Amino acid sequence: MNFEFTEEQNLLREQAGSFLADHCSTKVVRGILDGEDSYDQALWTKVVEMGWTATVIPEEYDGLGLSYLELSVIAEELGRALAPLPFSSSVYLATEALMAAGSNEQKEEWLPKLASGSVIGCFAVGEGTGQSTPKSLTTSADGNRLNGSKIPVADGDIADFAVVIAACASGDGASAYLVELNQDSVSRQKVNTIDPSRSHAKLDFNGTSAELLGNAGEGWTLLQKVYDRAAVLFAWEQVGGAETALEMAKEYAMGRFAFGKPIATYQAIKHKLANMYVKNTLAKSNCYYGAWALSTDAAELPIAAATARVAAIQAYYFAAKENIQTHGGMGFTWEFDCQFPYRRSKLLAVNIGSEATWQEKLISAIEDDRAA
Amino acid sequence: MDFNDSTEEATFRQEVRAWLKTNVPTKAEMEGLDEIEAAKLWQKRKYDAGWACIRWPKEHGGRGATAIEGVIFGQEESKFDTPTGLFAIGHGMCGPTMMSWATEEQNKRFLPKLASGEEIWCQLFSEPAAGSDLAALRTRAEKDGDDWIINGQKIWTSGAHYSDYGILVLRTDPTAPKHQGLTYFFIDMKSPGIETKPIKQISGGANFNEVYFTDVRISDSYRLGAVGQGWQVAITTLMNERASIGSGGGGVNFKSVFKLAQSVNIDDEPAIKDKSVRRRLADWYVQESGLKFTGYRSLTALSRGEIPGPENSIGKLVGAPKQQDMASFALDLLESSGAIWDPELSEEAGMFQAAYMASPGLRIAGGTDEIMANIIAERVLGMPQDIRVDKGIPFNEIPTSNS
Repeated sequence: MNFEFTEEQNLLREQAGSFLADHCSTKVVRGILDGEDSYDQALWTKVVEMGWTATVIPEEYDGLGLSYLELSVIAEELGRALAPLPFSSSVYLATEALMAAGSNEQKEEWLPKLASGSVIGCFAVGEGTGQSTPKSLTTSADGNRLNGSKIPVADGDIADFAVVIAACASGDGASAYLVELNQDSVSRQKVNTIDPSRSHAKLDFNGTSAELLGNAGEGWTLLQKVYDRAAVLFAWEQVGGAETALEMAKEYAMGRFAFGKPIATYQAIKHKLANMYVKNTLAKSNCYYGAWALSTDAAELPIAAATARVAAIQAYYFAAKENIQTHGGMGFTWEFDCQFPYRRSKLLAVNIGSEATWQEKLISAIEDDRAA
Repeated sequence: MDFNDSTEEATFRQEVRAWLKTNVPTKAEMEGLDEIEAAKLWQKRKYDAGWACIRWPKEHGGRGATAIEGVIFGQEESKFDTPTGLFAIGHGMCGPTMMSWATEEQNKRFLPKLASGEEIWCQLFSEPAAGSDLAALRTRAEKDGDDWIINGQKIWTSGAHYSDYGILVLRTDPTAPKHQGLTYFFIDMKSPGIETKPIKQISGGANFNEVYFTDVRISDSYRLGAVGQGWQVAITTLMNERASIGSGGGGVNFKSVFKLAQSVNIDDEPAIKDKSVRRRLADWYVQESGLKFTGYRSLTALSRGEIPGPENSIGKLVGAPKQQDMASFALDLLESSGAIWDPELSEEAGMFQAAYMASPGLRIAGGTDEIMANIIAERVLGMPQDIRVDKGIPFNEIPTSNS
């Protein structure tokens, strides 16, 4: 049995963790939350310099060609630090879509730039209220011209290109398009969200030039494939964030006195934190499973990804809300940091399909597996 | 990251498999034996071939195997339907405590017979007024020459009625503060003055006993640790208890409830098509998966020679309530027939009903959910203990339920 990260991977975790502790304190997160910037550009430059955006991109495209275990380690630390960066949009979604479906020319053009961080990609699926399905999509392309609106698009305001899932001109299917966002026919508008430390936009396309990514009609299949992979990486971010929430709650409970003793001595608080620990641990172990499946291209990735995602959504939400509860009134103030995990936990719970969506995907995948 | 054995582990597993294949008793061999005879037959066979209590040193009847080898043997043995439950407490808790605290001569006398199954051991800790607060136990031991005289009552003792020996903690000084007035012993369960009464449980079984001590005489040579050091010795036992009491498995899990949901209908459609059923099942799958892979992480630590810590408490804390909730959900799926508990009439011969009735006990035995949560908070997260109002007070001045 060797169900652990290697020493080198653990060293990477330590380095990433201590780098982010130095350069991505909650003050940095707060700076983006309170300010006008969409992300922390100084931090982004450093992250790119360390090669994090190049982690899993093959060496032939100027990437580092490392495994998804290394990327999992980085994701966990970014989540722990609540990093205000477009990392997930560019790396887990846009890069994955290109690697999965891009033509040789598309890969040659975009992957080296994604690796070097000279471009940022984003991923556009949702079109407002409710779950998106191939039938619900109204954004569509007429030949190479894209029309429609996408909202919310994480990092859509600052990305250089978007992978857009759009309805097929004919039939029920969907296709994926690669769209450069510096065109006049694209209008971008920032939207307010529950987590302003991560920027979001509405993208309007009016006859915008777009090129197919993968085959026409295969966009929905591509989306599922990208989501299964991204779900594992997001789950690591979520677990990292959930551990931050638990740490914050513990630190506060140890120092806060009520009725003459630290509130950490009360079982009502202890059991709350023990429950956080249990949920975090189970979620993390499921993330190990997801990371294993992702790094080995296992056939059970859909099951492993859904398992990790459902566990991580639940653990992060629980830890984030109970962290505020542990802090009492102070946890509800703008001044305190409890708001960050609370905001981020829900943002990450709905961004690539909600808990209910992934619970359904999990049971469907298990049914498929047992029928096979 | 992989799930494979190392080369040494794979070789060991092959050896275990080969031995089990030719040595696990056939049904014909077990025919006509009662539960105790069957368990003793299998244990003796393992012992004679060097496969009993394999983690114990050879001189104590074991094999001197590593922790991961112990796990591998358990994994392979569990693939067969072998009777092992009878020895779980003796091998899991009593043996390790003796090894830490008994004299070499005593270990020579008792451990091989415990390993071979010739003698069965039980653990006498809990009392009517000392459950989660174990150190509040009141059963007295008073010095009489080279002996001690025991009076009082123990409770929840599994297997007391068929055990040959037991380990127990007794109060030797009621005037000392709670934890300091305790002393640890082992005892011959056939001693005059010991009376065992089974306790009938809500599940219908009677695995536990009340054990009454009336002027029971025990030699001072049966003491483990110093007089007044009983709590420290008890910690040794309890550390092992957490390792040996699992999540209480049982047959109700994702697989069995998923299968049930395929076979019963909601609104004339299989229940498995119902969205709310699917969501509940997904949550349990995720929990089971989380426990399984947490276990794999612990095994990896064992495999590397590390010792897994108290974080293993989560297995029981998650597994026991899950068992209860899944059994309850299964009965709901069965609608009014969920109430029927009859091996002839119930689905799966009444497994869901049996689990529903047995699961409250799982949440209590070996540390309640609440105590497990305290352990995680205090020992894993490092949160402080609650301030105890009985601290430093002579035991006989602490208020009790009756005062």
